[in-house]
Formats: sequence, C-alpha cells, structure tokens
Amino acid sequence: MRTIIAITLAAACSPALAALSIFACEPEWGALAQEIGGERVSVYTATSALQDPHHIEARPSLIARARRADLVVCTGAELEVGWLPLVLSQSGNARIQAGERGYFEAASAARLIEVPERVDRAMGDVHAAGNPHLQLDPRNISRVAKALAARMSVLDAQDASYYLERELAFQQRWSAATARWERQAEPLAGLPVVVYHANLSYLFNWLGVRTVGTLEPKPGVPPSAAHLAALLAALKQAPAKAVVRAAYNDPRAAQWLAREAHLPEVVMPFTVGGSERATDLFALYEDSIARLLAVAR
Amino acid sequence: MFRRLLGVAVLAAALPPAQAQESPRAAGGNAFNPGISLILQGTAASSSRDPASYRIDGFAPTGGEVGPAPRGFSLGESEIGIAANIDPNFSGQLVASFSADNKVEVEEAFFQTLALGGGFTVKGGRFLSGIGYLNGIHQHAWDFQDAPLAYKAFLGGRLNDDGLQLRWLAPTDLFLEFGAELGSGRVFPATPNSRNGANAATLFAHLGGDLGVSTAWRTGVSLLRARPEGRAFDDVDGLGNPVTQSFTGASTLLIADFVLKWSPNGNATSTNFKLQGEFFRRKESGALSYDDGTALTGDYASRQSGWYLQGVYQFMPRWRAGLRYDRLDRGTVDAAVPLAGPLASDYNPSRVTVMLDWSGSEFSRIRLQLAQDKSRAGLTDNQVLLQYLFSLGAHGAHTF
Repeated sequence: MRTIIAITLAAACSPALAALSIFACEPEWGALAQEIGGERVSVYTATSALQDPHHIEARPSLIARARRADLVVCTGAELEVGWLPLVLSQSGNARIQAGERGYFEAASAARLIEVPERVDRAMGDVHAAGNPHLQLDPRNISRVAKALAARMSVLDAQDASYYLERELAFQQRWSAATARWERQAEPLAGLPVVVYHANLSYLFNWLGVRTVGTLEPKPGVPPSAAHLAALLAALKQAPAKAVVRAAYNDPRAAQWLAREAHLPEVVMPFTVGGSERATDLFALYEDSIARLLAVAR
Repeated sequence: MFRRLLGVAVLAAALPPAQAQESPRAAGGNAFNPGISLILQGTAASSSRDPASYRIDGFAPTGGEVGPAPRGFSLGESEIGIAANIDPNFSGQLVASFSADNKVEVEEAFFQTLALGGGFTVKGGRFLSGIGYLNGIHQHAWDFQDAPLAYKAFLGGRLNDDGLQLRWLAPTDLFLEFGAELGSGRVFPATPNSRNGANAATLFAHLGGDLGVSTAWRTGVSLLRARPEGRAFDDVDGLGNPVTQSFTGASTLLIADFVLKWSPNGNATSTNFKLQGEFFRRKESGALSYDDGTALTGDYASRQSGWYLQGVYQFMPRWRAGLRYDRLDRGTVDAAVPLAGPLASDYNPSRVTVMLDWSGSEFSRIRLQLAQDKSRAGLTDNQVLLQYLFSLGAHGAHTF
C-alpha cells in the first residue's frame, strides 16, 4: 500500500521523466519547444489558440503549472503583462523569475515591427516594444528557435547536443518550407484585406498582403457600430478582397462586415491549434497561406 | 560525436547573443523607475437613509469605513501604486490611497521574495491578507462598488495588517496553496496595542484548477485569530446618556470561499460569467464591559455568521450585469452585562444589490449600482449610485 502511494505521489509530482519541464505561454512556443526538445522535454501550454492572449487571467492552474517549470517560454513585448508577472510572483519558483535563465522571451530574439514612436493609451492598447504577435513571420520563428535551443542547452547541459542537433534539423526543414511558402504565396502580394486586430501584421508584412482597414477602431477597443459603418463606406471606395480575423477574435463584427460588403470571411488559425489543420508550426503556416490563397483568386 | 558537439557549441558561441538584435534602449537615470499606476474613481450617489447614520444592527461596530457612498457627488479613493523588483531576491510595492477628505492611507507597502524557491514566498510589511477571496483584491477591481456586508461586519471592510506572510505552493498540477500570517493586530477584529510579538494570526489554504477549457475555479478556507484588548465603541443608552462598550478576549473567524469563472473556450473577451460566494463564522469569548459612568464587566460569548453570493455576467463585449445577495445572522450573543448600540439589536441584516457596468476599454469602467440595504433594524435604505473607475499608467494585473 505504501509503495502504491509512493508511486502515485512520484507520478503526480513528475508527469514525465523528461529533463526539462517547459511552461509555454502561447501554443506557438509550446510547439517550437517541442520541435527542439523532442522527448527530452515536457511542455505545458498555458493558453489556447481560441483565447485572446491579451486577456488571460492568472488562473490557479497556471500558477500550479509554473511552480514546477524549469523554463518559461513566452512572447514578451508586454503581451503577457496582465497575467505572467502575477503567475511568476505567486509560483514560488525562483528559477523562472524574469532575468533568470529559466525565463525566455521570444521577443528578445525576434525582430519586432510596428514599434510606436510614442505610446499613449489614447491610441488604444499599444505595446511600447512593438507588435507582439511575432510568430507569423517565419524568419522570427527561425531566430527564436536558435535562441531557445541555446537557452535549453544551457539549462540542460547534458542534453545540449541533442537540442542543438534537433534545432539544426528544424532550421533546415524550416528554411526549405519558408522558401516553398514564399513561392506559393506569390499571388498574395498586394492582396487588400480588412483585418480584425493588428495580430496578423507579421504574416501580411512577410507576404505583402495589404491591410486596408481594421475592425477595431483602436487596438484592443472592440468594434463599434459607427466605426463599422465608416469602414463599410470606405470599402465602397477602396474595395478589399476579404475580411480576415484570428480564430479567437469575436466573429460577430467580422461576419457582419463580410455580409454587408459581400466579401468572404477568412478565419485564420493565428497559432498552433487555431484550426483543425494547424497541428504544428509547419501546418500553421501551410493552413494560413492556403486560406488566404483561397480568396486571392 | 564529440567533435560534432564541439562544432555545434562553437557555432552557438560564435553567433551573436539573441539580445544583440534588439534595438538599443535608452539607458538613463530613469531607466530603473518602478512601474507606476494610478486609479481614479468617484461616485454620484443617492440614498433614502442618511449614510452618516449607517450601522449594521446585531453586530459590534468595526470602526472601519463601512458606510455606503456619501450622498451627491463624491470623490472615491484615488489610488497610486508603485511596484518594481528590488534586486534578484526581492520585489516591492506601495499602494497609497487618497480619500475624499484629503487623507492619505497606506493600503499596502510590502516586500516579497522572488528567489526562495521550493514553492515558498515570504511577504513582509503591510499587505492585503490572503484570507477569503475578496480580501486580496483591491477595491477598484471588485465587481461592486462596496464590500459585502460580511466583510464590513467581520473585518471592517478588509484585513490589511502589518506583519509577515509565508505561503507555500504544493508541487502538484492541482493548485494547492497554504499560507500563514502573523500581524501586529492594528486593525479590526484585533486592537492596536503595545504588546511584543504578533497579536493576530491567520492560516489559509486554497485549492483550485480548471474544469475543461471553459471553467476555472478556486476554493479556500481561512482562519483569523486575534486577541482584542479593550475593543470599544461609543453609543447612547435608552435615555440618551453616553455608553462605552468594550470587549477583551479571543476572536476566531472562519471563512470558506469559492469562485468559479466560465467563458466559452476560456476566452473571456466577449462573454463570461463569474460566480463567487463566501461564508463567515465568528466566535468571540471573553469579557465585555458596559460603562455609562459606572463600569460593569461580565462574561461574553458570541457566535455570529454571514454570507454573500454574487454572480456577474458579461453578456456582450464591454457590458456586464451583476447581482449580489448579502445576509448576516446575529446568531447567539450571551453577555452578563447590558448590550449597547447595534450589538443590542436582535436583528439579521440583509441586502440585495444589482449593477450594470460598461468598460470603454480595459482601463475604464462606468457602473450603475442599485441596492436595497436592510442593515439597520426595521429600516430599508434604497441606494442608487453611478461610479467611474479609471486606470492609468502601468498595466493592471488580471487577478483570478
């Protein structure tokens, strides 16, 4: 009986024999950590593709998971400013505090766009460091992969070669895929679209998709009837090809505008798990491009 | 194998560090300034009974700010919060509030450890106690403008003693946290005193987790023990002569709380629902004195309880509606001396509150709140208030 309890306790306390326990703030970083870490890591993803990454609460389950993590992998650039500091301070886990080796921000390795000249909340919920939705530029994924593998190798020196080799293999597959996607996506250059929130900017910037309007009047401010009416009028002058939103964005405003403007609505997976097809990072990009190509023709 | 490993390591070392790609940041004297946040709030209120005459019958007055919002226009508490990491071991925070009558109050001023590890965290200074659910949440983040009656009657609004807190989080997937606090006893239910050591102590445990992707919950039990000495309030007797009633003894408060939050797929942006409730039970025993010029002292024992239940529903982006029911049970109060003021009243207070609020963004909220308050025996106080709540500066925390 005692043995059973001991085994149960051990199983409850260490769900995997993996060397590194990783707490990923968003699904894309969970997927990337898995690509690099293989079977040597256990990954917990704190949020899903259907949740707005700006509006997460420091739920008890997140605090409990952060307690045992060796490495926290988050976007940074203030995306998690509302909840991650609280999770970290309540976790009682010294290894993952900001500034420690167990704290990794993707934004520190990525190249950020849309960095505001000045910040003022009259502009909406702007991020001083730039647009934090950086996972939809494949070059950022590559940069973050390199930095993340280096960090994982430092934290788990025994498995360093394993991580670095997996990262090199990932980089090779990723650059081949990136070149393929760039070819496939050529028809998307100049495609005019209306987007819900500036959360697809990196993808559009990379592929040359043109944003001609946003459903949110200002970042983080829900669409209002007046703004939607003005947007509809503007679309009569400068038509778009589609109304695009991320899976987690409220569908109502996008559906209304798509109906009124006779445009197709495109629901982008935004991150891993945001559509049935987007099961990993490669599939995320493939699905995203396929969905845009379907309305470009 | 070794050569390959070496090659990879050299390659990794030769690459510029990740941070090097970052745009250079301005480094000046203010680069280390802490995060500063400011809360502005105010009310326009109307009530059928004068807020100055507010009392909770059946319960000893707490001396805290427990009355409803003043009639007419009134500035609420303006709150300034300053927080930063101190060094790799500690973080610190100050929350000061400016009240409408030009007083400054230190609500919180504490340090907290960052690097103890093993699930342990120590907090020291003045801080909102970890007991109950609502106690740890700042007033501006509450779903109603004022505290539940149970908080008013048993804690004088809230508990923020000066002292030390130790918390330990269990290494389990289920959230399981234990905490203990030692305090100076400067606030109700204890009394300011000049004794050495701690004069109030708490113990609490919280359990929480997720039910599927859409629901998250937390529940807890807390215990607060204090030894008030000469905890007094002034009133008048039946003939209008001044009376002072004071209590010395042991006070034990037990709180059971729960909160449940639901949102479709865990995405609270458009719609969400929050249900919370807390139950309070207090046992006090010791000596009670009744002083109308001649002091009488005798044995005193009371068992009193109270609870509230509230639900808040965000039915569309920006709009939320809420309903709260409060109830206090005077229970049994046995005293060998006459009882004075509200304590003399054999009455069970109750209140119903409804609210509707609109949030222009994450940083602004305007709230309409209606309440039918039956805190005074036999009297109904109908309250209407309009409240604004604005948050400036550093981004607030999304506390569960």
